Amino acid sequence: MSSDIAVHDISKSYRIGGQVNGTLRERIMEWATAPRRAMRASAPSIWALKDVSFGVAAGEVVGIIGRNGAGKSTLLKILSRITQPTAGKMQVRGRMASLLEVGVGFHNELTGRENVYLNGSILGMRKREVDRRFDAIVDFAGVETFLDTQVKHYSSGMRLRLGFAVAAHLDPDILIVDEVLAVGDAGFQKKCLDAMEGLQSGGRTVLFVSHNMAAVENLCSRAIWIDGGKVRLDGQAKDTIRAYMESIAGESAGGTELSDIEHRIGDGAIRFTRVEYLAEDGTPCLLTRCGEPLRLRLHYRAVRTVQHPSFGFRLLTGLGTLVTESYNLLHGTVVDRIAPGVGYIDVHISSLNLLPARYWLSLWITDEAGSHVYDGDVRTVLEVEPANIFASGRLPDARQGIVFFPQVWTQPVSVSDA
Amino acid sequence: MTSTDPFADTVLSETPLLPAASVLRPGKSKVSEALRELHAYRELAFFLAWRDIKVRYKQAVLGVSWAVIQPLFTMVIFTILFGRLANLPSDGLPPAVFYLAGLVPWLYFSSTVTNASMSLIGNADMLTKIYFPRVLLPTAVAGENLVDFLIGTVIMALMAVAYGVPIGITWALWPLLMVPLFVLSLGIGMILAALNVRYRDIRYVVPFGIQILLFATPIIYPASLIPDKYQILFALNPLSGLIEGFRYALNPTSMHWDLFAASLATTAAVFFGAWIFFSKSERSFADHV
Repeated sequence: MSSDIAVHDISKSYRIGGQVNGTLRERIMEWATAPRRAMRASAPSIWALKDVSFGVAAGEVVGIIGRNGAGKSTLLKILSRITQPTAGKMQVRGRMASLLEVGVGFHNELTGRENVYLNGSILGMRKREVDRRFDAIVDFAGVETFLDTQVKHYSSGMRLRLGFAVAAHLDPDILIVDEVLAVGDAGFQKKCLDAMEGLQSGGRTVLFVSHNMAAVENLCSRAIWIDGGKVRLDGQAKDTIRAYMESIAGESAGGTELSDIEHRIGDGAIRFTRVEYLAEDGTPCLLTRCGEPLRLRLHYRAVRTVQHPSFGFRLLTGLGTLVTESYNLLHGTVVDRIAPGVGYIDVHISSLNLLPARYWLSLWITDEAGSHVYDGDVRTVLEVEPANIFASGRLPDARQGIVFFPQVWTQPVSVSDA
Repeated sequence: MTSTDPFADTVLSETPLLPAASVLRPGKSKVSEALRELHAYRELAFFLAWRDIKVRYKQAVLGVSWAVIQPLFTMVIFTILFGRLANLPSDGLPPAVFYLAGLVPWLYFSSTVTNASMSLIGNADMLTKIYFPRVLLPTAVAGENLVDFLIGTVIMALMAVAYGVPIGITWALWPLLMVPLFVLSLGIGMILAALNVRYRDIRYVVPFGIQILLFATPIIYPASLIPDKYQILFALNPLSGLIEGFRYALNPTSMHWDLFAASLATTAAVFFGAWIFFSKSERSFADHV
């Protein structure tokens, strides 16, 4: 069956502030005390998507890229009918399956076998279909021996493999995939990518959202760049990715102003204003070299008192692969409160074990639980320069991977002569 | 090699997934389309109910015995408290059977309403990650509880036989009455489930409401105890007529048919209203949950 998607001027607004999840008691009180105001009550809203239009032809594999909070997830949710657009309409021809997360609906108390049936059914498969593909699913996931073990005893990797295996055996005309490839070990990632390529050659229509630019470039012929809720660019995957990467590379190392970064998320109670790269002695460093100590000085401005904030950063490669994420609480530094005003917090990195390349730092501040975001997706470039770190005269380079471990090689020890 | 290729399997599938052509416009949904979709997803309702039954009865001792203990113990307490001490009439049935006949449907109602009201927020990950007709979640709860109802019915039947209640043709009404009880419980459960997504305090109100309703329904007393002038008020509670119907099945002597008819009408109205309210609110479930 041929399939296609047509999206016409889809917009989606979310209310901000106000009480999204208030209590009924509050609502009743509101109506009782100030009925007029309650009637007019229109909390400010933001447009997560605004007038997005595009078409996808049958068999096309399209990547959707953009920063966090740009509206990609909202778009996927609308396409997969999880949420409804505020305005606009879309037309979908063909059977569609969406895969925003693997293993949705898995129940810990049930066995692997039972969860395959449950998950298959949640994804829209008939029992007969699951029956028919059961062996292939189990084979793909590689969990034969644990089929009758409760999923709660599974490792997260096994869970994930089983979830993806079920999803990979769906047989839709249109598949919507979000980022599921960003997880799992290298071997399994390869398997997933192969499965995705199988999709491509199988003539299915695929919409693929990812931060992994390499994967998008590999899999997709076309890419749509969503920025600030709008389609910024829609074209050949290679061109779109290049334009996207260039747009977020407007900054330089040393000290970078962060106040004017747009498209950040969070309520703004406290925001990053500047990041400085300092040497151990506190002087600004012009070059951040691999293997050297580095002090990140994160300047912030708080507009109100913030209790128990959690400062954190994610370090990403130029292609968007997460290298590491870290935050103060993880290292046992508890910040009681931040009073309104400006200040900074330092992160001492004893050795920057990154191979030379351009990286992204994405900064965030949340509450202690990480559920409420004050500031987030604040991206800045971290350019790591080569250095003679091994004192061997040979410089490490990006072809050797992403990180290096401090290490010592011994001379060969001869155990016995021939 | 071929077995590891997930897409080697080219057998034509009858997957429901999504209807062959769907046009989405905000604010529009057709009844026929909704029904077609429900039909396509009927297996999922079954699987969701099956999941909960499986999980509940996995701890076999606790699971099954709970379904037995709950109506039995409550019945014993009611018999002592209201039958013996308060000396409330039981409409000619042995008190044990009288209370069980009210309790088995009542327990179905209360646990379906309570659990269904939590069914959406309890499955938030599913709501935000996948599309399926949302009404399946409360429906699965109503289906799941049928198992307990069945167990309760068996206990009640055994008790009735043990107490020498004559087996009659009206016993066949018992399973038929399950239909309006299912519809009523599901309808109320759907409304509360949808409200629960919007308002955090609903979950505290539900148990309280259920408790009040227990006394407003002829569970511990027969409907005949209510003075005539309050019968109309009494008829507003759709459970009253249904519970009376369940008792009539065992003891076909007197029956408030008007009360029963009012119950059926209210049940239909509640469910219709619930359906509309649920369809209206389900559009924003994923945004609020």
